[in-house]
Amino acid sequence: MSAVGREHPRLEGPDKVTGAARYAVEYPVDGVAYGWVVPAAATRGRITRVDVAPALAVPGVLDVLHHGNAPRLTPGVDDTLFLLQEPTVHYRGEYVAVVVADSLEAAREGARLVRIDYDTQPHSTVLSEHHPGLYRPDTVNPGYPTDTTDGDFDAGFAAAEVRLDATYRTPAYHNNPMEPHATTAQWRNGRLLVHDSTQGSTPVQATLAQLFGLPPEAVRVVAEHVGGGFGSKGAAKAPVVLAALAARQVDRPVRLALTRQQLFGPLGYRTPTIQRVRLGADADGRIAAICHDAISQTSGVHEFAEQTAVYTRSMYAGRHRRTTHRLARLDVPTPFWMRAPGECPGAYALESALDELASACGVDPVELRIRNDVTVDPDSGQPFSSRNLVACLREGARRFDWADRDPTPGVRRLGRWLIGTGVAGSSYPARSRAAAAAATAAPDGTFEVRINATDIGTGARTALWQVAADALEVPADRITIRIGDSDLPPAGVAGGSMGTASWSWAVIRACQGLRDRLRHVPGAAVPADGLTVEASTADEVRAQRPLARYAYGAHFVQVRVDADTGEIRVDRMLGMFAVGRVVNPSTARSQLIGGMTMGLSMALHEEGLLDERYGDWVNHDLATYHVSACADIERIEAYWLPEEDPELNPAGVKGIGEIGIVGSAAAVANAVHHATGVRVRDLPIRLDKLLDRLPAG
Amino acid sequence: MKAFRYHRPADVAEAVALLDAEPAAAYLAGGTNLVDLMKLGVQRPELLVDVTGLPLDTVEVLPGGGLRIGATVRNSDLAADPVIRREHPLLSRALLAGASGQLRNLATTAGNLLQRTRCVYFQDTGKACNKREPGTGCAARHGQNRDLAILGWSELCVATHPSDLAVALVALDAVVEAHDPGGAREIPVAELHRTPGEHPERETSLPRGALITAVRVPPLPFARRCTYLKARDRASFAFAVGSVAAALDLDGDTVRDVRLAYGAVAHRPWRAYRAEEALRGRPFTAELAAQAADAELAAARPLPHNGFKVPLIRNLTVRALTTLAGTAPR
Amino acid sequence: MRESAKPTEDGWSSTVTLTVNGTGHNLTLDNRTTLLDALRERLALTGSKKGCDHGQCGSCTVLLDGRRVKSCLILAVTLDGRTVVTVEGLADPTGLSPLQAAFVAHDAFQCGYCTPGQLCSARGMLDEVARGWPSAVTGDLTAPVELTDAEVRERMSGNLCRCAAYPNIVAAIRDAAAAR
Repeated sequence: MSAVGREHPRLEGPDKVTGAARYAVEYPVDGVAYGWVVPAAATRGRITRVDVAPALAVPGVLDVLHHGNAPRLTPGVDDTLFLLQEPTVHYRGEYVAVVVADSLEAAREGARLVRIDYDTQPHSTVLSEHHPGLYRPDTVNPGYPTDTTDGDFDAGFAAAEVRLDATYRTPAYHNNPMEPHATTAQWRNGRLLVHDSTQGSTPVQATLAQLFGLPPEAVRVVAEHVGGGFGSKGAAKAPVVLAALAARQVDRPVRLALTRQQLFGPLGYRTPTIQRVRLGADADGRIAAICHDAISQTSGVHEFAEQTAVYTRSMYAGRHRRTTHRLARLDVPTPFWMRAPGECPGAYALESALDELASACGVDPVELRIRNDVTVDPDSGQPFSSRNLVACLREGARRFDWADRDPTPGVRRLGRWLIGTGVAGSSYPARSRAAAAAATAAPDGTFEVRINATDIGTGARTALWQVAADALEVPADRITIRIGDSDLPPAGVAGGSMGTASWSWAVIRACQGLRDRLRHVPGAAVPADGLTVEASTADEVRAQRPLARYAYGAHFVQVRVDADTGEIRVDRMLGMFAVGRVVNPSTARSQLIGGMTMGLSMALHEEGLLDERYGDWVNHDLATYHVSACADIERIEAYWLPEEDPELNPAGVKGIGEIGIVGSAAAVANAVHHATGVRVRDLPIRLDKLLDRLPAG
Repeated sequence: MKAFRYHRPADVAEAVALLDAEPAAAYLAGGTNLVDLMKLGVQRPELLVDVTGLPLDTVEVLPGGGLRIGATVRNSDLAADPVIRREHPLLSRALLAGASGQLRNLATTAGNLLQRTRCVYFQDTGKACNKREPGTGCAARHGQNRDLAILGWSELCVATHPSDLAVALVALDAVVEAHDPGGAREIPVAELHRTPGEHPERETSLPRGALITAVRVPPLPFARRCTYLKARDRASFAFAVGSVAAALDLDGDTVRDVRLAYGAVAHRPWRAYRAEEALRGRPFTAELAAQAADAELAAARPLPHNGFKVPLIRNLTVRALTTLAGTAPR
Repeated sequence: MRESAKPTEDGWSSTVTLTVNGTGHNLTLDNRTTLLDALRERLALTGSKKGCDHGQCGSCTVLLDGRRVKSCLILAVTLDGRTVVTVEGLADPTGLSPLQAAFVAHDAFQCGYCTPGQLCSARGMLDEVARGWPSAVTGDLTAPVELTDAEVRERMSGNLCRCAAYPNIVAAIRDAAAAR
């Protein structure tokens, strides 16, 4: 019986519930010192003086690293990591010094006492559609065209019977994985060993090697367990560089963990967006003209161009289409990936606009989406490898009992509560990238499969083990899977919903190769030192047919809104997905409901509040930057359709880490509108935006 | 965090003497706010006087039905105390609406009353705050002030007091018992916290070095019929955006007596005396409740981001009172 | 009265005796050391996690004399003679405790970083329920507590989980509670 498709508890589950699972700063290390980051107290300018004397006077403080004394790094690798090298301050909170001490207590106190003088310059930190510096980047992440056009949008929109023109705003969102970014760094005989909290240690190894001028084999990066990332640990980040610098400076191993407060910005965040969506349709809601203009921000350090409007390019019909992206370069930290970068905020805007169009046309919002389904990708003109959006909408609607819904907003009351339901579509690219894996057979009939995948909580370790069992055609309990170490065959980050798709491909090829080899071993006798086959998927991935490959989904949400206070609670969320083959239903469901919940949190709770005068987010902790708590999640369900897509990868998977969040905030917002009749177009929707606009009891 | 010395006094007198002798000393009880602020560098005591070993951890029922709650009674113990639940449920309701189970297991009665504002500017030593550093300015006044005061603020400070328990205690006419170098004293909770005025750094009317030893709650039988409504941005584990503590005594339709207090609207828990006055002796209706709230909120001066708190408190007042009168939609 | 920590000569440190997971420890600690840092950095008990260091996430939750508390907000110097149980001390002699096993069976975690705090919190919470403690969602403060999903959600809201395993956590706790 196939291992793939069966529920299996996480392999590392017992370690995680007993405290045995070790994270980045939890490995026993002799003679360890502690690093503590000093953030810049200026928003833009230059450091004119660093006075380390008060910090060095603290008993236990070993050294203070800053631009004037830190070991040199190779420039041009990643500008966000060129740390402690120059006196320039690009944004408030930039890490400008590191105190190293014998204890955490001394390090913290030392950091408080480092005196830094700045020559400050005027700054600009607030994104607006009127920002004079708005410009058109050459491309948007991860290499998409900046603008696209097809047909004549202006003419199509002008000629449309029903026109919608609405602007949606999303604030800065902060990833906030439960484990703050952290690293233990140790130098031994010119070699660097780091235990890092990262989504991919192969890329971190490469980056460190370049920054420190080392051959890659002189750097080893271990990430056996990672306390979440949600994109924010998707590349080498400041702590790994700072810890390595500090360890070299004091010639001792160094643990450096950021504080929660220090996470808000310098490690990346989801850019605020301003999105204008225009839809022109006939009276039946068939879209003729569709335009999505997205504005977001980047920094003076490094260009980051979020692909906000890309979702609109391929999702729904429309003869006349246009998408644009513009950026403002502000004196802020560089935005970075956060779960479904681009698609997530973009889908909030488009799926909200579709709801508004449905209201304007008097068409059910599920039906409106079905009417605007497409058979070829409107962006590329390519056929889809599979597209089950309509099936998700229909099956989700059935399970949610959508059919009897009264579309009138603001009329359902249950005591003090106003009740409403909402729907949104969802889609995320199903991509793969090259990876390598190795499989070894031992004489005792056991196997070891090795790949530098990273399990940040996705269940990748368990999923790859299941895949390997099927590929080797042996019981899974004879297989050991090893991941999370750059000494293993190289693989890409856990990101872009590409992890399982990419890694399973390499695992399957290595296991198939080993199985073939074993068939040709005389007498099937494995040599004493084992038999190993290594495989890379680089050629196969490159040779994939040009097709539009996407996962799809549909979100259904019921909310209740307190008629007196405007407080919003979510009664029910239901997600229906088409994500190819599901390797482990148990961990897959966890990923999907995790994404859906983060969408709820985005819709109702989260908001980085920037103070223009200082240029940083004032609510930089978990008491004032709210993420959803246990009490916020009442009934939540995730289901998927059986979907076989032979054009994906050998395991037939589409990736599930991100699609759960795409569209879920829109479904919540649409339900709030249905409950109250109030359309809030700037997230988050909190009671103050509803209170004086609620229907009278 | 600055290095500090640590001492566990044998009795209240020693505790007070230690504080009196050391300008940079602080009392440590549950620590849930003090340790937090020490890590942030907002508070930098050089001596911690740990009062949790003092015999101040009991709840005593007084003759006539009043209570004396020891200063170091933990929030969770107080909320779960059978007498409190039965006779003074407003205290349980307010306590259970706040913080989390783990924090309530640490936090004490007096510590809850003396906790500092959660104004984000106060908590960030990189930003201007007259309360933290007098004379540096109030960054919140023209900054992010959605969560801050609508009543009783000054140009120097727009912070709110974050306690839920304190709102219930001012509604119940509770009195704080304290010791200071000058001896014992009593202060009504309603007069314990100040409005900021010219000195936002002075948060209470306690003299320096004073140690709260108990909180006395007078008997108020009608307050068994009470409610604590707390509006917040997530369903649990969040400070109030606005809260209302209410108790109502009806004689037929007529308001014989009422207690009303507001949270998250001012530098102190806000007893709504004007609203109570507008209610007493009149036939109760929802309209009257709204008028009473309006009378109290006439003095409100919302900040740029928190004008919504006026209708929020008004609606919560009506909800609370109509619920107690049995006339609210469920 | 409890014992009091002995200050060292300079006054900035103290010697405390602490029982952790049944083992006694005599430690000289900087007065600034939190219980969480003492566990992680001095006793190598890294199961208790540091998610925020300010009592706002619950990852550091341990049991202090049987009660759930946030170890990041407790100064170790205050704990002379006290008893602490961390996630490393939750397992039964024969293996995982029913609560731990239920967390594994219900996939009540993903990244696992909040999990030790969730488990200690759940253990303490179930004891609170057994003692009849009400919560913010308890309808009648004087009636016996019935452990509904809503009660579990409210009582566990001091433990944030960014992976959002919340419904699975609730299911696991209810399972373990039913088996008690």
